[in-house]
Amino acid sequence: MLAQVLAGGLSAGSIYALVALALVITYKTTEVPNFAQGEMAMVSAFVAYVLMTDFQTGFFVAFTVAIVFAFVLGYGFEAVILRRVRNPTHLSLLVVTLGFQLALFGLAGWKWGAEQRQFPFPVSANEVLRMGDVSFSTLGVATIGISSVLMVAVFAFFRFTKLGVAMQATQQDSMAARINGVPTRRVVGLTFGISSVIGAVAALLTAPLITLDTTLMWDPLLKGFAAAVLGGLNTPVGAVLGGYLLGLIENLFGAYISVEFKSAVAFLVIVLVLWFRPSGLFARHYKRKV
Amino acid sequence: MGSTPDYYADVQLLRGRGSWVKLAILLVVLVTLPLVFPGYRIFTFNYMAIFVIVGLGMNILVGDTGQVSLGHAGFMAIGAYTTVLMMTELGAPFPLALPVGGLVTALFGFLLGLPALRLQGPYLAIVTLGFGLAVTQIIGHSAFFGGHMGLVVPAATLGPISLSGDIAQYYVIVGSALVLALCARNLSVTRVGRAFRAIRDSEIAAATMGVDVAYYKTLSFALSAAFAGIAGGLLALMTGFISPGVFTFLLSLMFLAMVVFGGLGSIPGAVLGSIVMGYLNLEMDAFEELPLLGPALESFSSRFMSSAGLPNVGWVVTGSLIVLTILVEPKGLHGLWIRLGAIVSGRSAGSSGPPADPSGPPAGVS
Repeated sequence: MLAQVLAGGLSAGSIYALVALALVITYKTTEVPNFAQGEMAMVSAFVAYVLMTDFQTGFFVAFTVAIVFAFVLGYGFEAVILRRVRNPTHLSLLVVTLGFQLALFGLAGWKWGAEQRQFPFPVSANEVLRMGDVSFSTLGVATIGISSVLMVAVFAFFRFTKLGVAMQATQQDSMAARINGVPTRRVVGLTFGISSVIGAVAALLTAPLITLDTTLMWDPLLKGFAAAVLGGLNTPVGAVLGGYLLGLIENLFGAYISVEFKSAVAFLVIVLVLWFRPSGLFARHYKRKV
Repeated sequence: MGSTPDYYADVQLLRGRGSWVKLAILLVVLVTLPLVFPGYRIFTFNYMAIFVIVGLGMNILVGDTGQVSLGHAGFMAIGAYTTVLMMTELGAPFPLALPVGGLVTALFGFLLGLPALRLQGPYLAIVTLGFGLAVTQIIGHSAFFGGHMGLVVPAATLGPISLSGDIAQYYVIVGSALVLALCARNLSVTRVGRAFRAIRDSEIAAATMGVDVAYYKTLSFALSAAFAGIAGGLLALMTGFISPGVFTFLLSLMFLAMVVFGGLGSIPGAVLGSIVMGYLNLEMDAFEELPLLGPALESFSSRFMSSAGLPNVGWVVTGSLIVLTILVEPKGLHGLWIRLGAIVSGRSAGSSGPPADPSGPPAGVS
């Protein structure tokens, strides 16, 4: 029983970890949580869906196109909208991401309605793999596998490539990075592109689990926020750990305490963490940039 | 940098000489409106007035105090459910239940204000977002609150008068909105309002000047919540039925959108923004009925989008309005009004850019 619950938590946590990572990457550069993240990912998932159903492409073509689309969308959002905010403050940037979210949500609803669609995926949520006492769905295994590979790749990218290091430099001190020859504007745009790609992968893994509609990423986004807050909005590693932790906490709560209020746990977690450890479990002390 | 206009050079709803005349004109207009317009329009007015009340509350919190809330639909739900439960469970008359609903909501606002003492912008946004979602979740799962099926609102009376007709409701709702607008205005020009703005501009500076930051921040949350709670009670009165599905995250977003669009920190701006957004939100289900634009939209939808999704155009418009507001005129309608006034009164020294010129202040203004 416990092992099974933990396994469920792990695969739910993978999604939360991806969303949290996507949020944290851009949060570190702009100090603003990107509320449009979820909607950008949802639209990318719809792009894949349309390719597969209307244009009869294979899954991997659709997947690749959706990823490219997500990258362009993320880069474009930063370059066309976010960058042009005059006198950027926390509030105005936050409001812009919310407005973009609302506009994307409306556009997607206008185009695709409120219908719930089956999202075709190579592996299914109903096929079961047994490992001892624990059973995984093949989709669950794929989710855990793909997300961990992606996260390792992202961390390696930040650690070992020139562009990744430039991104970290921009996150730490954009002025100093610019003085040292980092094209910070382009780097920030690329950061949003990468973040959007990570979100899109989360959406592509969530859609086959539930069904695809325009509210696809609402729940994962809130959980992603909760995970990021839990681990620390300033630490990518912490956010990822927070994601897994939240998945486990949630499933344990659902199994042993109350299924009905399972999704309210995320809120409880946010409040408790912020009350006792405002900068998150794994973060160093949170310092506000002046 | 935008030019810094005279802080008070905008629509002066109730300041200086003639303010009473303006108030009187406003009163006459508001009293006669339901006599002129047909019944379904009055329903629209009621809806917009409820949005105005929330907008006034949002303006106190977001515009004046500089905090952010993505959970005001939750406050509205608390107000609505308290009002209705007071009436059904305790048999309280509506005129008593409504203010109690406001008070209870204020208490929740105070509680949500407590974490706000420690949290900066993004964290606060997430907490309030979670709060709004948690409220509807808890309501939706509790039999006492009627669960997802919602509650039917009992017939309300004000003394001997029945409050079931649109017109009777109009006077109650618009009357409340007017009184609350006057309260909000008085609040903003007195000591409390100045303390709020001092906190918005710099918390540290405000504390140095002797403003009790903790007290005023929680007060701002409580007041803002009370406005939303009263609006919720009035919404229950108007619709006769409440369910958690009404008070969604999208509604909270709409509430933030209206004060941003109207112009943060300006009461006339908040009122105007709320009226526009309230109208948009109500008409969303019937875009195809708009004159001229409606058929065009409909044919465009059926050709390129989907006709079933047409109501979503409202979200597209709302979202785009918010983004454009921040990009083009961060002070919203209020800022546009100031620019317009500056151009009309010729203070822009002959340079006549279009009123909505996004490229900043006209050259030549010192």
